[in-house]
Amino acid sequence: MLVADKVLMKGNEALAEAAIRAGCRFYAGYPITPQNEVPEYMSGHMFAAGGQFIQAESEIAAINMLYGAGGAGIRVMTSSSSPGISLKQEGISYLAGAEVPAVIVNMARGGPGLGGIQPAQSDYFQATKGGGHGDYRLLVLAPESVQEMVDLVDLAFDRADHYRTPVMLLGDAIVGQIMEPVALPEPVDPAALPAKPWATTGTGGTRRKNIINSLYLNPDHLEQHNLRLQAKYAVMDAAERRWTSYQVDDAETVVVAYGSMARIARRAVDMARAAGVKVGIVRPISLWPFPAEGFAASALPVAKRFLAVEMSHGQMVEDVRLAINCRLPVHFFGRAGGVVPTPDEVLAAINRVSGDALQVGHLPAHTDGMLGGDAHE
Amino acid sequence: MPGRVVFNQERCKGCELCTTVCPPKIVVMQETRNSHGYRPATVLDMAKCTGCALCAQVCPDVVIEVYRTAPAAARRASTAGETGEGWGC
Amino acid sequence: MNKVFERPAALTDVATHYCPGCTYGIAHRMIAEALDGLQLTGRAVGIASVGCTVLAYDYLECDFQQAAHGRAPAVATGVKRARPDSIVFTIQGDGDLAAIGTAEIVHAAARGENITVFFLNNTIYGMTGGQMAPTTLVGQRSTTSPAGRDASRAGRPIKVSEMLATLDGPAYIERVAMDKPANIARAGRAIRKALANQAAGLGFSLVEILSACPTNWGMTPKEAIARLTSEVVPYFPLGVYRDITAERGQASQNGGEQA
Repeated sequence: MLVADKVLMKGNEALAEAAIRAGCRFYAGYPITPQNEVPEYMSGHMFAAGGQFIQAESEIAAINMLYGAGGAGIRVMTSSSSPGISLKQEGISYLAGAEVPAVIVNMARGGPGLGGIQPAQSDYFQATKGGGHGDYRLLVLAPESVQEMVDLVDLAFDRADHYRTPVMLLGDAIVGQIMEPVALPEPVDPAALPAKPWATTGTGGTRRKNIINSLYLNPDHLEQHNLRLQAKYAVMDAAERRWTSYQVDDAETVVVAYGSMARIARRAVDMARAAGVKVGIVRPISLWPFPAEGFAASALPVAKRFLAVEMSHGQMVEDVRLAINCRLPVHFFGRAGGVVPTPDEVLAAINRVSGDALQVGHLPAHTDGMLGGDAHE
Repeated sequence: MPGRVVFNQERCKGCELCTTVCPPKIVVMQETRNSHGYRPATVLDMAKCTGCALCAQVCPDVVIEVYRTAPAAARRASTAGETGEGWGC
Repeated sequence: MNKVFERPAALTDVATHYCPGCTYGIAHRMIAEALDGLQLTGRAVGIASVGCTVLAYDYLECDFQQAAHGRAPAVATGVKRARPDSIVFTIQGDGDLAAIGTAEIVHAAARGENITVFFLNNTIYGMTGGQMAPTTLVGQRSTTSPAGRDASRAGRPIKVSEMLATLDGPAYIERVAMDKPANIARAGRAIRKALANQAAGLGFSLVEILSACPTNWGMTPKEAIARLTSEVVPYFPLGVYRDITAERGQASQNGGEQA
């Protein structure tokens, strides 16, 4: 890509611009650090693109505005950060139940509660195991760079429309706030997008009425509806797994990290390799569906152990254990509350687990020794 | 005059609101800065201070303490022609 | 000489995080003066909201609970119902009270909860960097109304005092301003009355305090005070919008007397 084709942009702003170029024509949001640049960018540029921007009265109002606009058939997006995403959970459940496409962006921050404004990855459970009520799944995509975020925005809108389902982009304060060179895609004309015959555009007297709804009082009907949703999720599960692998072919220790944490971990992997440690990294890009294939024995032929590294107290690590059916030890290193681990800290964790005396467990941030626990070797 | 004000210079954020309400216009901003980088407020011509406390009322950071001679003592002070009397409180 | 003005005991002796010229500091001081003057500090429980006043619990010498954005009136309801002898007050900004918290404030007022609400209205979102608020004036620039608030897209400001005064529940609603010493003194009396009402069991009291935000208005403190006078007060007129405390029982003993 020619240098002249790239623009230096802040993650939040690139995300907003990418959404507009992907044909998004409705954005509703609410101020919350660290994603304020998204509504601020949209407040000017969305109108210029012929779309609608609303600073809603709350995150709850915003997700319900999305339900309306999305149900009426246009591409819609909201953004927020952890506490605001909690508020949106009911609305997300409605989007899933009523099969309304939407893109929801979480620039995660420290929690729980009001927490802090610095980056964290403590919303993994919320994104992938719920966090609203009912049997539904969100397609969850985790970018590690501004460029990847721009690319995934386009994919998110496309998949949301394709499956008629809400899609979440799970970022963090780092990827939202950094400025990086980015190549923006060509704008999509919303009129050129596939039609949505199910949308509430008005019958015009020419078609049957459309109803956007998630209420099925008859339990047999609700069961059938749920079975349809589950069949859809099964298709998504098989088709939407995304990940990257780095230096895993001869890796005995496999680091697992996503988003900004993966960039830090990759640096630590390089540092470890320079010192002769055989370590690689698997980076999930789709958090749901979790890319189990990236962890298969065939993909990691000499792996002896995993080290999950997160800006949390251990959320994705559980999916790593599930993905490998606990066939190998899975260690964990993480810091939360908005504290970002350094490459040196990750390197220290790699060295600890790659030594001879192996123990399974959580590695505390500041100790040199190992936690007690059952050895799995 | 019967008044005296004391400024906690380290707490002053240099907003200058006190300078706008002083009736004899004796509150000014210093040229030097406190350790936070703000230029704090002060009074150079304390003799004109009436102790009205308007500066203190408007200060968002409670920087100012205000002292005032009781009226009878103030009258004695003014007829005696001295401006320094009554300051040792 | 006698000391005639000093920091009230209920006001913690720390520097605040508020910007130079932010009038929130004046409001905090007057709340502290009222708590001390009415001897309520020991019974007081403050509810900190989300916005510039999120750290209010560091500035007042009483118990505090930190509430989620907009929910302070509901949290206050819970505290007051659990501990009726407590003096429960909230400090909320215009985003907290008039955007995400509109349901909670309406229903606390309608229920006539015996609490005190201090509504600091500076016509902008401060803490998050200057976005438009429900109280932002038409034509006023903000980071989400960069060309000025457009009434056709974003509607018009909400007048909270007038709106809540239509309810039968509240006992006392007054709007005051922090622009001139006389108005500041009036604000101090309203703050004291709003707390005295609660102590006398007279019902829901709210004081809307028009405030300056130099940083997010893009002005110096002096310019911001001038804008309060010339633009904000004319749109949000000062005055008492509801006062049925006299009917409700004996008037609050010391309300309106202390400058």
